[in-house]
Amino acid sequence: MAEPLLQVRNLETYYGPIVAIRGVSLDVHAGQIVTVLGANGAGKTTILKTISGVMDPQKGTVLFEGRPIQKMNPDKVMRLGISHVPEGREVFPFLTVQENLAMGAFIRHDRAGIARDTDMVCDYFPRLRERFKQPAGWLSGGEQQMLAISRALMARPKVMLLDEPSLGLSPLLVKEIFEIVLRVNREQKTTILLVEQNANVALNVADFGYVIEVGRIVMEDTGPRLLEKDDIKEFYLGLKEQSARGGRRWKKRKTWR
Amino acid sequence: MPRRHTERITSPAATTVGRITTTGRRLPGEGGLTEVLQLLVNGLAAGCIYGLIALGFVLIYKATEMVNFAQGDLLMLGAFAAYTYIGLFGLPYWLGFILAVLSMAIFGFTLDAVVLRRVIGQPQFAVVILTIGLGFIFRSAATLIWGPDIRTLGTPFSNSISQFGPIVIPDVNLSIIGGTLAISGVMYGFFRYTKLGVAMQAASQNQLAAYYMGIPVRLVFSLIWAISAGVATVAGILLAPVSLIDPSTGFIAIRAFSAAVLGGFTSLPGAVLGGLIIGVIEQFSALYLDEGFKDVAAPVVALIVLAVYPQGLLGQRQRKRV
Ligand SMILES: Nc1ncnc2c1ncn2[C@@H]1O[C@H](COP(=O)(O)OP(=O)(O)OP(=O)(O)O)[C@@H](O)[C@H]1O
Ligand SMILES: [Mg+2]
Repeated sequence: MAEPLLQVRNLETYYGPIVAIRGVSLDVHAGQIVTVLGANGAGKTTILKTISGVMDPQKGTVLFEGRPIQKMNPDKVMRLGISHVPEGREVFPFLTVQENLAMGAFIRHDRAGIARDTDMVCDYFPRLRERFKQPAGWLSGGEQQMLAISRALMARPKVMLLDEPSLGLSPLLVKEIFEIVLRVNREQKTTILLVEQNANVALNVADFGYVIEVGRIVMEDTGPRLLEKDDIKEFYLGLKEQSARGGRRWKKRKTWR
Repeated sequence: MPRRHTERITSPAATTVGRITTTGRRLPGEGGLTEVLQLLVNGLAAGCIYGLIALGFVLIYKATEMVNFAQGDLLMLGAFAAYTYIGLFGLPYWLGFILAVLSMAIFGFTLDAVVLRRVIGQPQFAVVILTIGLGFIFRSAATLIWGPDIRTLGTPFSNSISQFGPIVIPDVNLSIIGGTLAISGVMYGFFRYTKLGVAMQAASQNQLAAYYMGIPVRLVFSLIWAISAGVATVAGILLAPVSLIDPSTGFIAIRAFSAAVLGGFTSLPGAVLGGLIIGVIEQFSALYLDEGFKDVAAPVVALIVLAVYPQGLLGQRQRKRV
């Protein structure tokens, strides 16, 4: 297979003295949807922040198209073609939907292309067109998530980093948004690194998945195969009773290596 | 015309009235409609100055959540810069005006890039002390460079008046009102319709997301300081013929602070509106109430309004939704 578009190698990132991820490695191939699953505090957001340059790693490398980008400023990383849809949407609340989208295209100067892409994202999410002139702060949580994704797409990224898009949304809306994420991936050829707690929806769209626990990758496989694993069923799909820090889990962990 | 030093510093607006209409206490009705209209215009002129200074407070606060207690001293430095170009170097007024604004914009930019950027994210207390300290430094520097004496700035508007029917308005006041209208219009257009202006708003609303968009946030914040210093300079130059220039000219910002609070501290139109209200109220309280009232009018009005509208008149009511 060709060289991965995005390669993360032995990444270690700290919040002050607290280690958040300890030696994470993962590959994202061009055109794929790759997901990272993990419980609260596992370090998913930290991985994305380190890739997009908001945080600097202590150790390890991030290679994008073969060149190291760790410790680069976020605006540089963005210009290389990596857009980040942050956890909690983070829209600009007092700017209109239109202005939010325009900010997504901040690094671009091709007016015609920007107008085309504005149309494109509004076709994916028609609700944004209805709310085009309203401040983003007036949108519902789901609509804000649509806007956050659209805003990231406005940069025409090669890779989109998606941080828990299902957070706080109804199952129906989650389904709707993931269908569109899949369509974007297929139609726009946008590579996607998706971080989720909702293993079911994530694995249904993902080509490949990683499971992260307390800052370490403990399992990796293709999406369909991960869906079949007992541990995944148990801990992330809630098919059996969850025991977040129980002894059972400790025993099971050996089988993951 | 010798005037008491403290009087001039604390109430430049009142001296405008003093020169043109009256000093001391009057009874309502005396002088009639003409006088009321004239007072109103003078109040609006004073309010414009407050509004311009308040704009600077709000711009910086929205972007960096810093309250810049040196805003008035930027105005003072701007006025001295204009005095240097026009009064000392003998450049034409408009050229000196533009050069002063540009110089101060560069000064504001550098100030942020070199000093203030370092305290972003520090406790508010550190920021407050830093900007208060900067104010002291600016005043001392001004005294060292230009001396403690009062300077005057000759302008095309000094010592002339315009007559509108029975109402007589000094051209200085017209220049202040016109200048403020122009600045407000330019700022509105800039923040509303230019990409950089919208990006400045974006960076003010959500710094992290602005980084994610590839907006060079630090550069943007330094530019906001540049704009803020530039607007303060415009205010200083417009004010110069009324208040004259000395190192303590910047204390006028204390009233402008009330204006910014009144407007909500997060709204640019609110800042101008707050300034106008305070300017007008000061004029009328100086005329109709006892001497002491005009000095407390600004904070008292701000307090009353805040009791009713805790967000200020045009403050942003909604917070970010999660
Ligand atoms: N700002 C911070 N300061 C200190 N520690 C932090 C900070 N943010 C996260 N951490 C710690 O780093 C670890 C990883 O956090 P991270 O946000 O990456 O988790 P996550 O997998 O995204 O969790 P969630 O699903 O809740 O979003 C956690 O133990 C967390 O407590
Ligand atoms: Mg997270």
